[in-house]
Amino acid sequence: MTNYDLVVIGGGPAGLAAALSAWEQGVRSILILERDREPGGILNQCIHNGFGLHRFKEELTGPEYAGRFIELVRQTEIEIRTDTMVLELTRDRVLHAVSPSRGYETIQAGAVILAMGCRERTRGAISIPGARCSGIFTAGAAQRFLNMEGYMVGRRVVILGSGDIGLIMARRMTLEGAKVLACVELMPYSGGLTRNIVQCLRDFDIPLYLSHTVTDIRGKDRLEQVVVSRVDERRSPIPGTEMVFDCDTLLLSVGLLPENELSRQAGIAIDPRTNGPVVWENRECSIPGVFACGNVLHVHDLVDYVSAESEQAGLAAAAYLRGLRPAGQEIRLQNGNGVGYTVPQHFHRGAERLELFFRVRAVYKNAAIRIMDGETRIARFKREHMAPGEMETVQLPKVLLDRVKGDTLTVEIEEAAP
Amino acid sequence: MKEIICITCPKGCHLKVDEESFAVTGNACPRGAVYGANELRNPVRVVTSTVAAEGPQRRLPVKTDRPIPKGKMFEVMDEIARVRVKAPVRVGDVLIANVAGTDGNVVATKALD
Amino acid sequence: MNYDVLIIGCGVTGAACAYQLARYDLRVGVLEASNDVANGTTKANSAIVHAGYDPLPGTKMARLNVLGTALMGPLCARLDVPYRNNGSLVLSLTEEDDGTLKALYERGLANGVPGLRLLSREETLALEPNLSPELRGALLAPSAGIVNPWELCYAMAETAVRNGAELMRSAPVTAVERLEGGWRLRTPKGDFSTRYVLNCAGTLSDRIAALAGDHSFRIKPAKGEYFLLDKAEGKRVEHVIFQCPSRLGKGVLVTPTVHGNLLVGPNAVPSDPEDTANSAAGMAFVRASALRSVPGINFRENIRNFAGVRANSDREDFIIEESAVAPGFFHLAGIRSPGLSAAPAIGLEAVELLRQAGLALKEKADFIDSRRRVRFHELSEQEKNRLIAEDPRWGRVICRCETVTEGEIAAALHSPIPPVSVNGVKRRVGAGMGRCQGGFCGPRVQEIIARELGLDPTQVLMDWEGTWVLCGETRKGDARQ
Repeated sequence: MTNYDLVVIGGGPAGLAAALSAWEQGVRSILILERDREPGGILNQCIHNGFGLHRFKEELTGPEYAGRFIELVRQTEIEIRTDTMVLELTRDRVLHAVSPSRGYETIQAGAVILAMGCRERTRGAISIPGARCSGIFTAGAAQRFLNMEGYMVGRRVVILGSGDIGLIMARRMTLEGAKVLACVELMPYSGGLTRNIVQCLRDFDIPLYLSHTVTDIRGKDRLEQVVVSRVDERRSPIPGTEMVFDCDTLLLSVGLLPENELSRQAGIAIDPRTNGPVVWENRECSIPGVFACGNVLHVHDLVDYVSAESEQAGLAAAAYLRGLRPAGQEIRLQNGNGVGYTVPQHFHRGAERLELFFRVRAVYKNAAIRIMDGETRIARFKREHMAPGEMETVQLPKVLLDRVKGDTLTVEIEEAAP
Repeated sequence: MKEIICITCPKGCHLKVDEESFAVTGNACPRGAVYGANELRNPVRVVTSTVAAEGPQRRLPVKTDRPIPKGKMFEVMDEIARVRVKAPVRVGDVLIANVAGTDGNVVATKALD
Repeated sequence: MNYDVLIIGCGVTGAACAYQLARYDLRVGVLEASNDVANGTTKANSAIVHAGYDPLPGTKMARLNVLGTALMGPLCARLDVPYRNNGSLVLSLTEEDDGTLKALYERGLANGVPGLRLLSREETLALEPNLSPELRGALLAPSAGIVNPWELCYAMAETAVRNGAELMRSAPVTAVERLEGGWRLRTPKGDFSTRYVLNCAGTLSDRIAALAGDHSFRIKPAKGEYFLLDKAEGKRVEHVIFQCPSRLGKGVLVTPTVHGNLLVGPNAVPSDPEDTANSAAGMAFVRASALRSVPGINFRENIRNFAGVRANSDREDFIIEESAVAPGFFHLAGIRSPGLSAAPAIGLEAVELLRQAGLALKEKADFIDSRRRVRFHELSEQEKNRLIAEDPRWGRVICRCETVTEGEIAAALHSPIPPVSVNGVKRRVGAGMGRCQGGFCGPRVQEIIARELGLDPTQVLMDWEGTWVLCGETRKGDARQ
């Protein structure tokens, strides 16, 4: 068994930023374990631009954004092991890992940062009916084939789901000569960023069908047709609204799920709303000394926010290693009207500040976010526009937090008067 | 009148732009007016793609180092398709200068060692 | 004659026959229409080893089921096939069901099913706490179990091949000609002549019979649809949980799989022999029915739906006989449930039929009756390190959901019956079977198959012929496509 002060599971944007932040805090024995052949995570296949506007005040591509962090890590003595899969994490922070070069080994960590990222929801997760032919891919798998391996997965494409990866792939496949026939979204609003709707669909006259879904998949061997139907307010397909598209490829961009199999197996408490660990304000999980950040904690829209959150986790892990433990009574955060989840889920009374991330459940115009301590309003933040596809964040300074009397804060949306 | 969606912020205002005077309505802020007029006068986009690479890393990601006219996107793709690179390549190395007659260059966005 | 026996079809029935015949000094061939074995009903069914109280006493079905189930454990141990003898429960949820349970119990006794017991509500809940509040009692069958059906088929087929049987894949039989003392079978892979034919063609076995001039039975294919849930739901029940057949229908089952997932299904709808599409109505029915027995199933954990086609026939019993009009042409047809359970016994039955028909059976002295497959995640730390030291590919995890290494995939690609598709690899080693359904490992598996088999990645299929994955390379420094 080898020992490290800090072991970071995952060498994507979250893991790299967390490790760097801990290094800057003086932690000198840091190991990053990455399962792929190189660090950078999913950014390696996100060759499009639009990353880093918040962080670097310029538009970078995924590989460039990752490259900047990899370069910074290379200037430290942080150790990165690629091609290394963590198979198990114990409550005592022992990691079991395997790699071609080092074989099977166990590592004792002083602190652990979970940064495993997320995976895509599949056809099975949404039980799309129809044939079991080939030609149905998650958008990310098609992206890997196209951008990393250099292969086209098809020529005539329908995309289900208007998540950002699906939109990005609509443009990418069009530029490579494929015909993208439609993007189909179950909800009455898009799940992706507006800029992607404009630059990936509108630029190429690709129709977006809101409140529609795929109701049948046809094809004996390879996909031949998909049937798309309009859905009612309860998201049930409306008979008689079927449209048939002749296509050889269906890409699914129907949501992302944090990958918490290691966390669950270690006994870390998971929030069923985020599918990520329940964390304190410093991103510490229910097992002391284990922290989580990035898409393993909750799915982010922008990598810039992943980096920022991961730096907080790195900072907290460094503090933990110095023996500093947050104290104070637990105050829980509760979802009120219109709020789907919050991160963190709880914090300590006396916390220096609280940066709250959450998602709303519907599209709101000219609404406000209210933070309630029972019947007492602690804070109110106006928002001209909120949507489920865009993560919200508010900052609560110590002066506001110190006013909290109860043991629960409710985050809720105050809708505009009709 | 041309209808476009503003992408300057997440609000996504639906703008109406006059094709002759480039006057914008439907914008909630001045940035929307600028965006709307530019989108009609001269819409530009950054193109990203990959080029063939020799060695185990089969593809090298690239981009135009500035936004190029939207109408030239496929021409840029055609030029990118003709490139094949060998190591070493550094991030930012120019692989095609003045691509498709624009003042943009196609540059590497990842190193090839 | 080139062959003593030619087997048409390499599902679990054909593979069981090949395995048993490979014990003898015979020239045995297997013609499989698909590009891989186990590619029909064998790969899409409930994966249950039934105890044997369902079939009517006196039928071949009853006899071969009870015998097959008794043989299954030792067979799976010899050939390293995942199998678990977890027992089954038939639930009574209504007064009518109470009577049905009693009848099943009596039938089971008549069929010689060991250990059957009628349980009270309390006894049942002590075994399975997550069952319906409407539960009244259950029939416990301790000899029932679960198995990996396609690995059972691979194991028997591989063992047959290692012992000299010849397997031809992508060799559908297109014509059958009678010869003096035998038969000639025409396929796109060439013509083959043989003294005896075993028709194990599953949902297409009536068409094969018709090619030999025999129209004595018809297959009436019936599709069954399933949900396969994440391992997070795999401990919802321990036993195979059946419902009583009733006026409402046959009921659906809920069971753990040998991989640790939860399997829910099937319904039964008439279908084409090769129609494996899922329907919204069928899936809704399966879901609603399953919740009647196990109300807590969390269908949000579903990772895959699939459908399998049962080779039901217009006869009540299995059709295991020599054709009345085509001497030397034997049918092993209409092998519906409990066909998987009966398979080990059906193989023996086929040998016996051939012996009675005059085939001389001389046992081989060197028959290898064993098989081992390395499953990385089951090894000890020392064994893992020994393998990785020999070949570092054993240390590279390709499928993160199921912890499958490149070493296992490469080993499968150089096994006696190498997979030729991404799903072929999946069924052999489990890569892509987990919760991400190959989203991460699919492209890498594609690459490994291409490399190990010397193919271009665009030639690697998802599954059967025609299921292409990649249509070509992106532009590589040449003209626009």
